[in-house]
Amino acid sequence: MSALLRHGRYVLGENPVTGLAFALFVLLVVLATAGPWLVPYDPLASNTTEALKPPSRAHWFGTDQLGRDLLSRVVVATRLDLTISICAVMIAFAVGSAAGVSAGFYGGWTDRLVGRVTDTIMAFPLFVLAMGIVAALGNTVANIVYATAIINVPFYARLARSEVMVRREAGFIEAARLAGNGGPRILAVHLFPNCLPPMMVQISLNLGWAILNAAGLSFIGLGVRPPTPEWGIMVAEGAAFIVSGEWWIALFPGAALMLAVFCFNLLGDGLRDLIDPRRRT
Amino acid sequence: MSLLEVRSLERRFPVGKGWLHAVDDVSLEIREGECVGLVGESGCGKSTLVKLITRLLDPSGGQIAFDGRDIGRVPAGRFARAPERAQIQMVFQDPTDSLNPRFTAFDIIADPIRRLGQVARGGAMQARVRELAEMVGLPEVLLGRFPHQLSGGQKQRVGIARAIALEPKLLVLDEPTSALDVSVQAVILKLLDDLRRRLGISYLFVSHDLAVVRLLADRVVVMYLGRIVEAGPVAQVFASPGHPYTRALLASVPRPDRRSDQSDGRPRFRLTGEARSPIDPSPTVCRFFGRCPDGFERCEREMPMLRSDAAGHSVACHLHA
Amino acid sequence: MSDPPIPLLAVEDLSVEFRTRGGVVRALDQVSFDVQRGETVGVVGESGSGKSVTAFALLRILDASARITSGRAVFGGLDLVTAGEAELGLQRGRELSMIFQNPRTALNPIRPVGRQIGDVLLRHANVARADVKRRAVELLAQVQIPDPARRYGAYPFELSGGMCQRVMIALALACSPALLVADEPTTGLDVTTQAAIMDLIRELALRTNMATLLITHDLALAAEHCDRIVVMHAGHVVEVAPATALFEAPRHPYTAKLVAATPHGAERLADLAAIPGGLPDLRGELPPCRYRFRCERYAPICDGPLPRVDVLPGHMVACWKPL
Repeated sequence: MSALLRHGRYVLGENPVTGLAFALFVLLVVLATAGPWLVPYDPLASNTTEALKPPSRAHWFGTDQLGRDLLSRVVVATRLDLTISICAVMIAFAVGSAAGVSAGFYGGWTDRLVGRVTDTIMAFPLFVLAMGIVAALGNTVANIVYATAIINVPFYARLARSEVMVRREAGFIEAARLAGNGGPRILAVHLFPNCLPPMMVQISLNLGWAILNAAGLSFIGLGVRPPTPEWGIMVAEGAAFIVSGEWWIALFPGAALMLAVFCFNLLGDGLRDLIDPRRRT
Repeated sequence: MSLLEVRSLERRFPVGKGWLHAVDDVSLEIREGECVGLVGESGCGKSTLVKLITRLLDPSGGQIAFDGRDIGRVPAGRFARAPERAQIQMVFQDPTDSLNPRFTAFDIIADPIRRLGQVARGGAMQARVRELAEMVGLPEVLLGRFPHQLSGGQKQRVGIARAIALEPKLLVLDEPTSALDVSVQAVILKLLDDLRRRLGISYLFVSHDLAVVRLLADRVVVMYLGRIVEAGPVAQVFASPGHPYTRALLASVPRPDRRSDQSDGRPRFRLTGEARSPIDPSPTVCRFFGRCPDGFERCEREMPMLRSDAAGHSVACHLHA
Repeated sequence: MSDPPIPLLAVEDLSVEFRTRGGVVRALDQVSFDVQRGETVGVVGESGSGKSVTAFALLRILDASARITSGRAVFGGLDLVTAGEAELGLQRGRELSMIFQNPRTALNPIRPVGRQIGDVLLRHANVARADVKRRAVELLAQVQIPDPARRYGAYPFELSGGMCQRVMIALALACSPALLVADEPTTGLDVTTQAAIMDLIRELALRTNMATLLITHDLALAAEHCDRIVVMHAGHVVEVAPATALFEAPRHPYTAKLVAATPHGAERLADLAAIPGGLPDLRGELPPCRYRFRCERYAPICDGPLPRVDVLPGHMVACWKPL
């Protein structure tokens, strides 16, 4: 374990970008967990006298049309957005890699079945499919998570499948068979861990995309409902006010979205370096 | 009593509309403590034969008997749980490809013991792995390293330690030194020879390098296009090869003492033409016909069978009766 | 007594460095040897000895991180080290040719092999466009590819390793170069194919009086096919001698160990020798003799600058205590 920590410090120190991304990620996690206690105002408290005030010392991000402090809302929304995307990606990763790994290793009908299912999912414009799923299952946050998970499954399935197929005939897999490992054990212990490094990059890119997806669904009114603070809804609400000059209502949630996606994209390489033993010197 | 007895082994693969005969009517035996060399060039079927013997692949026909028991009948997919699994192990050619990049050297050596061995976890396991490392000359400090932190020779030692961890009776060595530098080769070859004598293991030593086979093997088997063309005691086969293919092989080995400008009257024996197709080969034509300098009409009519003499030297050729 | 003939290729004190993240790798240090017209010279060494780097340096196709820090390589009056790209372009393919280790990857995978030969002919030989295909088929026949007219349109993946190597030889020999550099041309090929390819190179070389620089790790192969052998260790030339003399009576301790480690020479397994130690790290401080830490004959005199001793005419050893 200590070797892992040492390696972790090395990875973070070696590339400043990774370090920056990791620091950003830590910030996001802190805001997500402790946000509600850190913010100066109640994100749901409306105060019509303070409505549509530009950024000032009292309200760093300004206020929205109901007089709610935007900073508080943006910070508190971190928890919801992060939770949705992390849950969705974890589900997609679990289901997708299990399917892809089985398809790659066993081939035959397993491969055909997984192939057809992923093809079907990918035949649709993914965002439209997500909309459809949420509309069909019901307008709740949980369903946003499921919808986002479903549309991301094919990426993991395909990646896992091709990684397994490349390594399936490798000498060390044959050696594992000679050592008495059965099929499922080879898959889980020998093959899959070697497929993880490229999947780490996929996961982090996916996290960014999942946040955008959730925000997008909320933007069009599916999933999260007002007054719950969530970046997507806030951008939607603020869009109407840009023309009349109140730019801050849409900008700050949008900037937060951008920062989160940026952070996850940069984190990808760092995560891969962290878990790939070949990067250890 | 032979340890391994292979009879009329066959393996076919579907290719397009036909069948590729990778291994065709192969019979051989390996006795206890013996080292049998298997030579042949690419496409001769030795890799497939190796997979069949180590039960990573199922035969299409024929029998494989190990220690008197028919192991060919157990499907490859279930062989991991067979009692003979621990008895037949392999050392691979490419040390980089054959070690799991995510396992430390310790874990790589311990894996077979954990799966099939009788050793308890913890202290006893540590002791056993250290014992194996010492046997193969791997410094103990390297046990915590990953494969990419080891040199080619060190990786191959890890592979050998892993292979002997379960005290197998039969060890298949698939070109164990061809990926190594010549400076390291001698050490590994001597180690392998030493281990065999000490532990009483039988070897099936697959190599394209005839010079190495000559040094290590007791008997040699020569394969061509899926069939055995010659077999016998190594000194005899190399000194007086019976089959024209064996002669061509021996003539092709670089010999510093036979330079091209020193003409001794004898023409250089070289193979010309292309090999016959292994897909749906005719069962009545000798596989070597067409490339053979000595082929005549009987070779086209009748497949030559292995015929052995008193010394155990067998040749599959009509001209060598 | 007439002057010795001017060598076709004279490499003098060639030194090459690579800039890497881990430091500067001094891959070649004062490498010198020459190749006469029509002769076959082998460059033998283990992996990491610098033999391939030498070949790549001569053709100036080294990696971008490489720098030739000193030395000359005079080829037919032109110094390959300082020549400009235009001058080099005239030599490469026409007078100076190279064949590579992995034939399938050295050929363009999406272009038929006949056309690749045609490309060389069009670029370097004065062959009329109408004649190119005929000439290419002739070359394919010359390298003993069966059914050359049909194989003209084949792609590399359709050919076996041995045939791809023959195509590469045809490519290299299309303009009858004066010098062929062959970098491990038969590694990875079957031994019967290897013998056929080496015979082919030899035969074509004799026909056109072409010189060959054969790079290989296989000492026995070099001993059988080369006139003279250059032995390299860790970027140094340690011995240069006629092939038979080198194999039968090596004078440098490393060469002797290399000969003893070659299975072809050994009678019994016990005779097979290993070479202790490993290659030195070419990045750090290096002693003048880079074999010093692996050598059993080390004496304080070996800490002095590396000598070049002619123990016999035509037999050079870079050692203070030759055998």
